[in-house]
Amino acid sequence: MTRLCGRASIALLLAAGCSAAATRASDARVLRWGGDAEGGAPFVEADPADPSRVRGFDVDIAAMIAAGLGREPRFVQVAWASIEASVERGDFEIGMSGVEDRPELRARHAVSIPYYEFREVLAVRPEDADRFRRLDDLRGHRVATLGATQAYRILLDAQTKRGVIPISYDDDVHPYADLVAGRADAVLLDNIIAERSLRRSGGFVIQPQPVELGHYVAVLARRDTALRDSVNAILRARMSDGSLEKSFRAWNVWNDSEAAYFKRVLATPAASGTTIVGSSRSMVAYLPSLFRAAGITLALSFLAMALAVVTGAGIAAGRVYGSSVIRTALTAYVEIVRGTPVLLQLFVLYYGLSNVVRLPAFAAAVLGLGLNYAAYESEIYRGALQAIAASQLEAGRTLGLSEMQIFRLIRAPQALRLALAPMTNDFVALLKDSSLVSVITVVELTKQTAIYATNVGSWVVPGIACAALYLVFSLPLARFARALERRWSWT
Amino acid sequence: MSAILTVRELQVMRGPRLVLRAVSFEVGSNEVCALMGVSGAGKSTVLRAIAALEPVSAGEIVVSDVRLEAGPLPPESRLRALRRRVGLVFQTPSLFEHLTALDNVTLAPIHALGWPRERAREVARELLASLGVAARVDAYPRQLSGGEAQRVAIARSLAPDPQLLLMDEPTSALDPARRGTLGESLRALAREGRALLIATHDAEFARKVADRVIVLDHGRVVEQGAAATVLESPAHEATVALLRVVPSHDDWD
Repeated sequence: MTRLCGRASIALLLAAGCSAAATRASDARVLRWGGDAEGGAPFVEADPADPSRVRGFDVDIAAMIAAGLGREPRFVQVAWASIEASVERGDFEIGMSGVEDRPELRARHAVSIPYYEFREVLAVRPEDADRFRRLDDLRGHRVATLGATQAYRILLDAQTKRGVIPISYDDDVHPYADLVAGRADAVLLDNIIAERSLRRSGGFVIQPQPVELGHYVAVLARRDTALRDSVNAILRARMSDGSLEKSFRAWNVWNDSEAAYFKRVLATPAASGTTIVGSSRSMVAYLPSLFRAAGITLALSFLAMALAVVTGAGIAAGRVYGSSVIRTALTAYVEIVRGTPVLLQLFVLYYGLSNVVRLPAFAAAVLGLGLNYAAYESEIYRGALQAIAASQLEAGRTLGLSEMQIFRLIRAPQALRLALAPMTNDFVALLKDSSLVSVITVVELTKQTAIYATNVGSWVVPGIACAALYLVFSLPLARFARALERRWSWT
Repeated sequence: MSAILTVRELQVMRGPRLVLRAVSFEVGSNEVCALMGVSGAGKSTVLRAIAALEPVSAGEIVVSDVRLEAGPLPPESRLRALRRRVGLVFQTPSLFEHLTALDNVTLAPIHALGWPRERAREVARELLASLGVAARVDAYPRQLSGGEAQRVAIARSLAPDPQLLLMDEPTSALDPARRGTLGESLRALAREGRALLIATHDAEFARKVADRVIVLDHGRVVEQGAAATVLESPAHEATVALLRVVPSHDDWD
């Protein structure tokens, strides 16, 4: 124990000397560790008794590591998908929240020894229990999982080799909800998450045969190899003295295979921190999927905008010409849609209404964005319609044109020209807002870029490629609108 | 002279305010009638009431065989007969800005009267030519001078061949030479059997063009009669005042 503390202090000094993270952690007696409390128990969750504190087995392990280093643990909240990027930036020294061991992770960061072995398991609806036992049984079926995970990588492999259809989610609750609702035919995730979901909501069964084994690790910045070695030593010590087992038991995730795994780890001598360098795939290999995702972004934006224009025009006409009941209803629609986040609307449309109408993700995305933008479009059109001088309408009336004809032949064409510039603005905004639909499992350009960036471990090239694609779409649009405006200037 | 327009005891309210009180007059075919008065006397309101752009609170308006009763404005579907008989040229030409001169003129014949496009274009070209703007058929309103725009607006009102043409201050945007030409055009229109009611405060123009003059003051008709009589020997002080403020013809030149 004393020896360990000594090693820890040396590691601390080393870390303080060479790591930006440690300098940023102003108090050298504090160990800043990052995790995502949204991930929930048994990993990290807000303590129901005191929501300002966190608890979970990752919290216990962080405390053990901090104690081993002679420091105070301090939790830093970070989105699960950003843990790796944040630890490299120096936001905290150790990232731990059910972080999965995988070759790319070891290629890019300093990674601890695995402290828990999990099983990737298939969850299916009870009636399918005999039909879908293994991934091979799921050819042509939709299999849901959490994006950027080992399970997602397995599914992408299975897509090419076994013809399953992977669906990626941003959280680990909705895959199971959609499985029960019939939107997905199976869920592949680790046994901890699967069992937790089964306890919480149920409605499915977990196949006993694991698809693959995996490990949770702590991730550190690439330069922090010394700290990583100390962490490894502490983890091994806590495995042998039973502290880890105690915590896992407390969180109900201990079993015989875990005991066997611990034995195997402790039987192998502590290796020094050699990192396994995974083969980083060529950037070119990602381009086809990026283009495909760009196609989805484009199709989604055009369809949503078409819906927004048609619906918006209807709303505007109703608000200008309609009875007071219609006007009130439409005003309420516009105010509610504009006053609430589009993200919330997408969630409600896709998940909230799934008991009433089970929309496919792409349709829900088009509908959500289209109806949201319709509110904004309608305001543009209403303003444009009201900007047409009354004398233009009166001239139409004295000529014997009907109100409908005045609208169609005089008011709308003139209003359209006024609306063109703000409409173009909105379309460019929609093009970018379309990235929000990844929350309802549509993989569009930004989502694909994030996947790509996670895989190659850098945002530079994927980011530039993604930005270039968005610009390729939006710049000609602005030019087109300007040209149209010039043509319609009637001078 | 058979009356094309008959206005009887016309009363128009704007909010609680009476803007026209018991206005009565007639305009016959082949007749050019000038409706005179200072700004705010109610000239435009009379025209707008006859064109069914403004509700009438009492009295009645009869154009040929079509009667417009007091009360809220009826829906457009019940105004078709009136619309066909009455043309209105606004003080600002109010041409449809997104359409060429020709399309401005053909719009009503094609869409309100259902004429074939070719016939509408032919009639429109003839009208524009007779008003001296044949060369401007493809121009957009913003490309037209004030005088050109006004003549296109007149052509637009005449295209459905109304029996009654209402004009609001037609000389306000014109130089003296143009006023002369416009006067001749209007006389020619009256000779074709139409009735013209022209709101103006331009006494010189009225003297040249009008057969009869009606003088409005504070929403009442204070004097009406043959143009020569009213303008040469005004009986009402409002007419006298009106003639005094208008500059003489010499000043224009």
